[in-house]
Amino acid sequence: MCLGIPGQIIDIVDDANSIAKVNVSGVKRNVSVALVRPEGIAPGDWVLIHVGFAMSKIDEAEAHETMKTLNTMGEVYTDELAMFQSTQI
Amino acid sequence: MSMKYVDEYRDPELAKRIAADIDRLSAGRSLKLMEVCGGHTHTIYKHGVEDVLPPNIDLVHGPGCPVCVLPMGRIDDALAIARTDGVIFTTFGDMMRVPGSHGSLLDAKADGADVRFVYSPLDALKLARQHPDQQVVFFAIGFETTAPSTAVTLLRARAEGIKNFSVFCNHVTIIPAIKAILDSPDLRLDGFVGPGHVSMVIGMRPYNFIARDHRKPVVIAGFEPLDIIQSVHMIVKQIEDGRAEVENQYSRVVRPDGNTKSLEAMAATMELRPFFEWRGLGFITHSALKLRSDFADWDAELRFEVPGLRVADPKACQCGEVLKGVIKPWECKVFGTACTPETPIGTCMVSPEGACAAYFSYGRFSMASERSRLNILPAGKAS
Repeated sequence: MCLGIPGQIIDIVDDANSIAKVNVSGVKRNVSVALVRPEGIAPGDWVLIHVGFAMSKIDEAEAHETMKTLNTMGEVYTDELAMFQSTQI
Repeated sequence: MSMKYVDEYRDPELAKRIAADIDRLSAGRSLKLMEVCGGHTHTIYKHGVEDVLPPNIDLVHGPGCPVCVLPMGRIDDALAIARTDGVIFTTFGDMMRVPGSHGSLLDAKADGADVRFVYSPLDALKLARQHPDQQVVFFAIGFETTAPSTAVTLLRARAEGIKNFSVFCNHVTIIPAIKAILDSPDLRLDGFVGPGHVSMVIGMRPYNFIARDHRKPVVIAGFEPLDIIQSVHMIVKQIEDGRAEVENQYSRVVRPDGNTKSLEAMAATMELRPFFEWRGLGFITHSALKLRSDFADWDAELRFEVPGLRVADPKACQCGEVLKGVIKPWECKVFGTACTPETPIGTCMVSPEGACAAYFSYGRFSMASERSRLNILPAGKAS
């Protein structure tokens, strides 16, 4: 639950509800960007995602480094990714 | 020090240099540092951080695993709601195997209760839209990292007028737990590795009392092994300089003021409970959140009958001591024998963020644990 996964914003798909499509390791799903919108969110930006919510904007280099570490975490990360894959937001 | 893991770190050479400098600065002095967050505990065991640090640095695992600290009575309440006719009970995967006094949510599901995993509270809300004739309940757990997501979901449920959705709120707040540990006579700590993602929400200011009133350094840390080693270095440096401050090692994610939008959403939907029971720490005042009265229509505790009983932990289980940092996982009598991730007796063995599960999976053969077992270091008797 403490695991934040980096995703790249593809598009804002529901502006009124602050829902954006993001790409996490090639998996494209919707998340809420309501909590990071004051930071200014646009396609191409990277965010750290917790339970379907972008919680912090991060830079691209940081996103790639975090992905590298997550990939060494084994089951914990693959489980999180499987859960992310199941989301229908 | 052992370097068998360090090559996997983000910058192995830097990690080695920092570890050597921690060794030089601390000069053999025994220091007990608590990492509050369960995510950190996981990293520490998974990546052998204790073996990279000099042996006089003792990392004590704290209460920051939300699954672990939830007392059994609340699991029983969740089970009572889940077993109610017409209810779709939704939960994060971590909670499924946590034992209540009569089985887990997974057992309830096997008995026919409609219990479903969800990735996000927004997925639970979507289920409510799809099943207007059923009651969809979301089992909300977690510290300030996940509470804002529950809050936004509640705001959306109200805006859309979705009435067959409710939240069983078990969100807890980290600061009162740290206070309880600082006030406990069981443990003397020299500093704190602060939780990264909780701080992303609450910012740095709430920790000021630790530095000001207790004169202990706090360094908010990221989740990679190098982050933790750097944070330990910053703490040791504060101690050697005679400083006690709140510092931010994880500035690439944590802003000093936190996430204002998250704090606003939480304040709009939730308020502090007068007190809440924590596994191991007992009742702590103002340590958990409940829904505000204007969200009563979405409050599962008001909508359903819950037993609301206090249930004692199984006698053999020492999760409480582990959560307070008083004992290490392997010092528990049932660790690895009666209690394993397949047959967990206590919560610390269920969640991957739990110290027992992390240690069972990765740490059993670490040098740090061997040292403590053989009592070469006066573990637990330092300072």
